[in-house]
Amino acid sequence: MNDLYIILTASLVSASCALLGCFLILRRMAMVGDAISHAVLPGIVIAFLLSGSRDSVTMLIGAGIIGMFTTFLIEFFHKKARLQTDASIGVTFTWLFAIGVVLISLFAGKVDLDQDCVLYGEIAYVPLDVIITQGGINIGPKALYVSGIILIVNLLFVSLAYRKLFLTTFDPYFATAIGISTTVWHYALMGAVSMTTVASFESVGAILVVALLIAPAATAYLLTDNFKTMLALACLMGVLSSITGYYLAVWLDGSIAGAIATMSGVHFALAMLLSPSHGMIYKKLKTHIH
Amino acid sequence: MNALWEFLSFSDPNIRYVALGSVLLTASSAIVGSFTFLNKKSLVGDAIAHAVLPGICLGFLMAGTKNPLALIAGAFITGWISVILVEYITNKTRIKEDTAIGLILSVFFGIGILMLTVIQKGGNASQSGLDHFLFGKAASLVGSDLITFSIVAITLLVVVFILFKEFSLLAFDKDYARSIGLPVKWIELSLTSLIVLAVVIGIQAVGVVLMAAILITPAAAARFWTDKITVMFLLASIFGAISGLSGAFISYTAPAMPTGPWIVIVISTLAFISFFFAPSRGVIGRYIRQARIRKTINDENVLKIIYQLGEENKNFFIPRLTDEIIRKRFYEKAALVKILKRLTRQGYVERTRNLWGLTEEGKNRAQRIVKIHRLWELYLTTHMHIAPDHVHEDAETIEHLLTPELEEQLEQLLGYPKVDPHQSKIPYADN
Repeated sequence: MNDLYIILTASLVSASCALLGCFLILRRMAMVGDAISHAVLPGIVIAFLLSGSRDSVTMLIGAGIIGMFTTFLIEFFHKKARLQTDASIGVTFTWLFAIGVVLISLFAGKVDLDQDCVLYGEIAYVPLDVIITQGGINIGPKALYVSGIILIVNLLFVSLAYRKLFLTTFDPYFATAIGISTTVWHYALMGAVSMTTVASFESVGAILVVALLIAPAATAYLLTDNFKTMLALACLMGVLSSITGYYLAVWLDGSIAGAIATMSGVHFALAMLLSPSHGMIYKKLKTHIH
Repeated sequence: MNALWEFLSFSDPNIRYVALGSVLLTASSAIVGSFTFLNKKSLVGDAIAHAVLPGICLGFLMAGTKNPLALIAGAFITGWISVILVEYITNKTRIKEDTAIGLILSVFFGIGILMLTVIQKGGNASQSGLDHFLFGKAASLVGSDLITFSIVAITLLVVVFILFKEFSLLAFDKDYARSIGLPVKWIELSLTSLIVLAVVIGIQAVGVVLMAAILITPAAAARFWTDKITVMFLLASIFGAISGLSGAFISYTAPAMPTGPWIVIVISTLAFISFFFAPSRGVIGRYIRQARIRKTINDENVLKIIYQLGEENKNFFIPRLTDEIIRKRFYEKAALVKILKRLTRQGYVERTRNLWGLTEEGKNRAQRIVKIHRLWELYLTTHMHIAPDHVHEDAETIEHLLTPELEEQLEQLLGYPKVDPHQSKIPYADN
């Protein structure tokens, strides 16, 4: 049963990340996603200190704000101080992450977080933290419900705002021309990324969530030219990485999150070689025949 | 305070080691990182920093101990592989560079974490301390470690010193470097090797995740103070050294504190100060300069309007109502009065109750603006062959910017013409 809980939680988290990751990589904002996932750390610690628990709504809202603040800061340094984009991203997220780590050490007694958890989460402990109803019935781990709700929120966000997100991603000028604000949807997407990162934090940590955001989406991008298919495939890839990653970790007796990231990389490598439309081998064969 | 003096006196040999080590690490990373910054490859540095983690684990597994050479060798291999993979994925598939960097960074880090946890559970007693690479611990630098890393740092500095000209040329103009026959591929190869080396030793101080900061943040900060590359490198290394020294001090006074994040906070603070307060490129300096230019332009435009009203009446000194000025060119009344008051203070305008008239100085300044405007319109039509109905906008800008030297050249080039393309008279100061 514990195996199933862990795999289910991981799958829900990766599906959420994969959905948003598709938009990130097509908007060439993969590294902004990376930056946000690092930068929410101080937000998590502060929310933890204020509310005293890890799974509060305060934390999700706080994270959303910090995520948008990060996005704003990156753009501020780029536009107002004329710092090149790559440096602007690098300076911003390392600063916020450093503050987060220092806060953790300062309040080590009060915050139930350690540095390892920050890096790769504690998904192995997910089955231990269960919800027990008033009748005394164990209805399963809390993290499972949190990640489930986040997935539903993300699915709603993507499906309700699909046309707007699609247009601002692929043709921002046209979107602006017909009155869709690219800025609003830009920040909405970044807010969603921040909330998902925080919700995934407990399971996979702040750094490995980047692998879940980028790798499944990049794999799907090599397998199809249709955007809706890409979204579905990315979710599928996320789930596949979660399952195979879990068994790899059990086999080697290592970090589950690390193994999931490893497997998502393996899947990307396979897609790069074997994809029927964009794979290396297919391209080689095609040039060979001609 | 006592702790600070004790630290700065370097009386404890242990402090000497740690301080010297940290300064060497951060300063050499800052110097190599400046090239990453100038090449706009900051995030590649981040990718390398994450990618050395599996290499360090590999080195440990091969050697069985934390032999610094084995760790460096392992880190060097995976660091290099990550650079090659990012380039390969970007060039050979339709994946863009940012995605490739993010992918390689997170997957390599995941592999590293997997290996690290497997090693930790493997029961090898000598593995403890391997996780210092994650967040860095300058305080753990002692004896043999320090010697190894100092040698690497000095090697880095020497190579940068020898190849400084080549690296700079590559960062600014790769095509030119190629055209004069420099071995561009080899220079790039050695630069990447230097970055990998810098990362390998730098993560001792700040750890994998924050390595990108000590590579690029000093350079980003230094860039705001100067346009000279040598000065920039000097500043970057000083900023790096300051942050390294502060890190060593913090790990001396509070051993439980993670050193790396403090080093990054110090260097980031220096960078933010630079972003905002650097005189010529900083946000505030730029803002003040823009505000000043905006004021000058507003002042000169209002003077010009009163002058043009004067042209219609053949008398420049008739006092005007604000409404007359607004009719010619729209201003918010309050804003206009503010400008007029400023001009009065400067002695260009004289106020009599609600009427505003030019003084002699005001008339002269306005006349010069109008003259330049019309000369420029003429210049654009005669010398640049632009249609007369297209030249006004451009002249509207240049009239505030032209220096007296250029003004004179323009007059001589055009031969002191009488009228502009719209048959308006060009006013000269002497008549």
